[in-house]
Amino acid sequence: MSTTVAPAAYDSKIEGNVIFTRLDAAMNWMRKNSLWPMPMGLACCAIELMATASSRFDIARFGAEVMRFSPRQSDVMIVAGTVTYKMALAVKRIWDQMPEPKWCIAMGACASSGGMYRSYAVLQGIDNLIPVDVYISGCPPRPEALIEGLMKLQAKIDGEQSFLAQKEGLKELTA
Amino acid sequence: MAQKFSDDIAAIEKQFKVLGKTEFRGETTLHVELAAIKEVSRFCKDTLGYTYLIDLSGVDNFGEEPRFEVVYELYQFERGEHLRLKTSVSEDLLEVPTVSDLWATADWHEREAYDMYGIKFAGHPDLRRILMWDGYPYFPLRKDFPLAGKSSDVPEVAFSEPAPLAGGPFVTQPSTGTTQDREPRSREF
Repeated sequence: MSTTVAPAAYDSKIEGNVIFTRLDAAMNWMRKNSLWPMPMGLACCAIELMATASSRFDIARFGAEVMRFSPRQSDVMIVAGTVTYKMALAVKRIWDQMPEPKWCIAMGACASSGGMYRSYAVLQGIDNLIPVDVYISGCPPRPEALIEGLMKLQAKIDGEQSFLAQKEGLKELTA
Repeated sequence: MAQKFSDDIAAIEKQFKVLGKTEFRGETTLHVELAAIKEVSRFCKDTLGYTYLIDLSGVDNFGEEPRFEVVYELYQFERGEHLRLKTSVSEDLLEVPTVSDLWATADWHEREAYDMYGIKFAGHPDLRRILMWDGYPYFPLRKDFPLAGKSSDVPEVAFSEPAPLAGGPFVTQPSTGTTQDREPRSREF
């Protein structure tokens, strides 16, 4: 009784286990489904942020349940609440400590525009200091609104071409 | 022999010079001289038993002389009495003796009054700003300070810019008009 080993060639058993895709698409898919938030809870929006993370709304369904209170391990800063001038540069510093790629969600009226606090003590929108990807209206927004904001951010991440852009940059350098 | 609230007032009036006494809706306010406020406070606490300072706040009567007032809300637990003391301080002097050695809670209240109005409290152990940051050049609760704020900058600490009021401030307009006329909203339109 003898067995013959087939020469290395097309193996039908591998079929279905190999996926061809673009590198960007794969990276984006991984990034958007494991967004680790940096919860920048500054006012009442933080309560809704906590509700979003809890069992009823369960932000884990979108892969964003890992609230990191350390900026170095987070991807998306959720600025939830009123940013006073006294706090503003601390928020900026935490943002600067987050590694790229990073995104920012301005949750609620105060973080987006200063909200009802047209006063001497409040920064009129966190976009004065850091670039914001998604603004969420509401005072405070309901958890559903935050989840939709997160989905909008996921859609935005899905459209990013970070690898392509890097390649273009290399081309320009070598040209 | 149970002491009554009127006895407290009489005792204070007998010991110290009371500039004015106001009664409004069952609340009594004694206006005392700036030089006497510390002693009146001490008398109220040690002799009359007002061991609890509910609140201490500043008032800016812009355009009047003396411009500032400091208000002390005292409470007496045994009989449940509430007494309010007031003293006036001019803008030139702007210094009031601290009562933080009598009531420890006055420490932060005095810091707040200093932060918002610039009233200094002589003898305070740690008179720093409490809400705004160190180096902020204004006293924002003064009447001549605009609601929108002014620009300031302390590098690495905080900066501030005037806020766009956009037809505000959004406050209720007192009048006999309808709710629509009175409601807080932009007056630009």
